[in-house]
Amino acid sequence: MNTPKLPPTPTKIKAETKNFNFYYGDFHALKNINIQLGENQVTALIGPSGCGKSTLLRSFNRMHDLYAGNRYEGELILHPDDTNLVDPRVDPIEVRMRLSMVFQKPNPFPKSIYENVIYGQRVRGVTKRSVLDDKVEEALTNAALWDEVKHRLHDMAFALSGGQQQRLCIARALATDPEVLLFDEPTSALDPIATASIEELIDELKKKVTILIVTHNMQQAARVSDYTAYMYLGEMIEFGVTDEIFIKPKDKRTEDYITGRFG
Amino acid sequence: MSLPAEEIAAIRANIASRKTRDLIFTSIGVLCLALALATIAALFVDMAITGWDRFRPGFFTDFPSRKAVQAGILSAWVGSLAVMIVTAVVAIPLGVAAGIWLEEYAPKHWITDVIEININNLAGVPSIIYGLLALGLFVYTFGLGQSVQTAGLTLALLILPVVIVSTREAIRSIPQMIREAAYGLGATKWQTVKDHIVPYSLPGILTGIILGLSRAIGETAPIITIGALTFIAFLPPSPITDTAPFLNFEWLKAPFTVMPIQIFNWTSRPDSAFHQNAAAAGAVLVAMTLAMNALAIWLRYRLRKNIKW
Repeated sequence: MNTPKLPPTPTKIKAETKNFNFYYGDFHALKNINIQLGENQVTALIGPSGCGKSTLLRSFNRMHDLYAGNRYEGELILHPDDTNLVDPRVDPIEVRMRLSMVFQKPNPFPKSIYENVIYGQRVRGVTKRSVLDDKVEEALTNAALWDEVKHRLHDMAFALSGGQQQRLCIARALATDPEVLLFDEPTSALDPIATASIEELIDELKKKVTILIVTHNMQQAARVSDYTAYMYLGEMIEFGVTDEIFIKPKDKRTEDYITGRFG
Repeated sequence: MSLPAEEIAAIRANIASRKTRDLIFTSIGVLCLALALATIAALFVDMAITGWDRFRPGFFTDFPSRKAVQAGILSAWVGSLAVMIVTAVVAIPLGVAAGIWLEEYAPKHWITDVIEININNLAGVPSIIYGLLALGLFVYTFGLGQSVQTAGLTLALLILPVVIVSTREAIRSIPQMIREAAYGLGATKWQTVKDHIVPYSLPGILTGIILGLSRAIGETAPIITIGALTFIAFLPPSPITDTAPFLNFEWLKAPFTVMPIQIFNWTSRPDSAFHQNAAAAGAVLVAMTLAMNALAIWLRYRLRKNIKW
């Protein structure tokens, strides 16, 4: 069997899974996953549709708790406090306050740009206007959207283009000061120009947060990530430094997928 | 390569024959619609013309009378308004809350399935059955009397399924990704419901409420069953008084009549002069219902303008 190896360049680990399994009812969707996310690095999950990469990503902020019949097994540890995020005793709300997610399709709320960015703070009960204003500017700046929207913060979010909406969703995720940012195929609904700007942004963001990204697009994984994990049928086939995975994959299945022989 | 002329002609003939069928169906559709609209328009115009002589300011401010020319609908429209207020106050919170619970909170298993089927069945129960239920329950068991409150509660029961179903439909039209976005930021269930689910489903909920109320305002059978009076020459006590605490709920216990009952009463009289009153009151009732429906459409349009998915 494959034993995913630790990346050769030792980094500080921000989060990791240990013998992690996930079940949709009776369906065993993730099998014995071991992965480490290096702090301030980008880790990409690639693999064909249905391989479990989104399922793994969504486990990181307990999205599966919203639906009945789902079950986690094993450990998903967040460092440095070593909290097991999938422990039933850990409140999913705590998990979601520490790890933010950006979804496949831009999903802004039908509210103003300002209210979208600030919702994570509102949820926490922050009401002080000056704090919220600062937060909005900071998050939008970090999401490379501030200059485009600073004069129309109270316009509806739907007035923005698709790429801007996705950056707004990134700003919304950043405004909660997350420790880890989870991206679920963030550019699959965007055109190439908007995609390029999001990729640039990811490169910039990793200075501040740890990033885990699911992508369908292998070039994207090669471009943005430091580490890549190839998943297939719920298993992690190979995990390592991105350049090595793409240039010299150790597993035949990884090679087949990367060279486009299937997938 | 190029097609021979006869094949091009064949393609054109083929398109023409298919388009003919298109046209036939369109015509049938337009015809059906025109028929339905014309029927409603004819009924309304006929009523308005028949009752035309009765439209005078006094028609709305006079009590019913033995003389058709002097008889007005004051007690009827005030009664309808009072009953509608009770109905709305009871049916809106109950129906909306039930809809939210069923859609957002209820676990999905056979008990909720049974509840769901029963709510849909309740929407199909004939209104007179609600009248019988109310007579037994509200009038005799609870002793609420043949009053405004009994009528309001009865009609509230009647429209409750409509409000619940439309609330659920409205909530179901909110994409799951919006819920995930809210929960993803650490929102609790209640925060998600109050900040997102309710505001975004409000257009649909309001539409359901208004359509329910516009059905309730025209209901006759259950109101007759619980014993509305057909001739009332007084108003319920005023809800506002000049002495503390300035509010008076005696009007809830007052005997009452409503628009459809008044119409029914006038129609059943032998003197055809009263039939004109009935027609005029009928036109007013139809106008009220249409106005409520128009309000529902306008509200939905206004509130949905900012929501796109």
